[in-house]
Amino acid sequence: MSAPIVPRYSPRDRANHWVIAITFILLAISGLALFHPAFFFLSNLLGGGTWNRILHPFIGVVLLLSFTAFALRLAADNRITAADREWKKYLPRILRNEPVTLPKIGKYNIGQKYLFWSLVVLIPLLFFTGIVIWQPWFASYFSVGLIRLAVLVHAAAAFLAMLAIIVHIYSAIWTKGSIRAMTRGTVSAAWAKHHHPAWYEEVSRSR
Amino acid sequence: MALQSLDIKARSATTTPSPSVRGATTQVAKLIDISKCIGCKACQVACMEWNDLRDGIGHNVGVYDNPMDLTAQSWTVMRFSEVEVQAGRLEWLIRKDGCMHCADPGCLKACPSPGAIVQYANGIVDFHEENCIGCGYCIAGCPFNIPRLSKQDGKAYKCTLCSDRVAVGLEPACVKTCPTGAIVFGAKEDMIHHAEERIADLKSRGFQNAGLYDPPGVGGTHVMYVLQHADRPELYHGLPKDPGISPLVSLWKGITKPLASLGLGLAVLAGFFHYVTAGPNEVEEDKEHTS
Repeated sequence: MSAPIVPRYSPRDRANHWVIAITFILLAISGLALFHPAFFFLSNLLGGGTWNRILHPFIGVVLLLSFTAFALRLAADNRITAADREWKKYLPRILRNEPVTLPKIGKYNIGQKYLFWSLVVLIPLLFFTGIVIWQPWFASYFSVGLIRLAVLVHAAAAFLAMLAIIVHIYSAIWTKGSIRAMTRGTVSAAWAKHHHPAWYEEVSRSR
Repeated sequence: MALQSLDIKARSATTTPSPSVRGATTQVAKLIDISKCIGCKACQVACMEWNDLRDGIGHNVGVYDNPMDLTAQSWTVMRFSEVEVQAGRLEWLIRKDGCMHCADPGCLKACPSPGAIVQYANGIVDFHEENCIGCGYCIAGCPFNIPRLSKQDGKAYKCTLCSDRVAVGLEPACVKTCPTGAIVFGAKEDMIHHAEERIADLKSRGFQNAGLYDPPGVGGTHVMYVLQHADRPELYHGLPKDPGISPLVSLWKGITKPLASLGLGLAVLAGFFHYVTAGPNEVEEDKEHTS
């Protein structure tokens, strides 16, 4: 075997991932600005309170479209299997960095799959509740009771999504060799064999 | 505000104290005696004149209500309700609608923009539109359906209780102009006494359920009504019987947000400390050659 690298993401997948990542961060910053007074200063990034309020929902639409395309491509690889459930039992030991022989899992581990399905639920939820409270375009078509419910659900969903993304970013930093999958599209064979053996075998067979 | 002549008790989206060194201020209130109102709309005109507002021309739809609703240009509107209080007894109840200036303002609680909504020490709740970002959260927070977003500038507007006039010792424009004395303005305590006299008079004239509308659910209001039928405020164009800030709004803007913010911060810290204690998850590259 010549170069010990394995392709993991196409340029299109990477580009789309980073559109989602950039819009998510912009949404988190502009959303936090409206979430609690302690974060209002963050509204300066998008040009002050009013621009923050104007731009936030439009960025949300970009995220929704981009995420929908991404999710459709990744859905098949994110089905939770018996091997994943088995792998989950080792999670405390994995987190403690203890040497373990892990069940042979596919392209994603159960943590990644949980993140995926959380976002599949949360992002559309954020979108639809966002439509209900979107001033001045749509909010006037909804009753005040529905708007009150929507702002609460929007804030709760945003909190969960941010929590999930914090875990996602940390996992990528913690698991050495992961970030290049999304920056260069490849991982080392050792990384693939160790973290996603079933997927590695599948990719090796097809090459 | 450059020349601040009223003390500020509360300021939207602000966690530190508001300017408030000037000591005790008398609570003010506007008392609207519905039994004296003739629906002439002089107060609406006075409001337009003083605040320099010119709403668009609407359509006559066969009722006296004009305009049909509050707008960013109409901060007070007369609501005409023809109700059959008892079978065969028709009453024409005319309520001047507008901001109630709650002691516990839902708009101020919901507003995310620092200083866009302030509550003066005298009880007036005022919007400072220069800080308004146009999110409409005040509308979601209000139990009385009062603030309106302007299509012109995307900012929220409502009755100021003529805070500019009150600051220099004048009464609000609507009070000044009311030809029947149905609207009076002064210290809240005095207005309650005045209302008691009016209620006694109404009771002596057969309105057994006459009373004062100063709902405790919002901590009382700085605009109060004398109602002939205080047991049924809904008769007056749906005046809420027991208004309060919606529990959904309290949950959304209450303790959950500081707790959630703390949770996000802790999640980041947990990651950092995990990394520096457990160390990174690394794959040994030499495995490559053994397999």
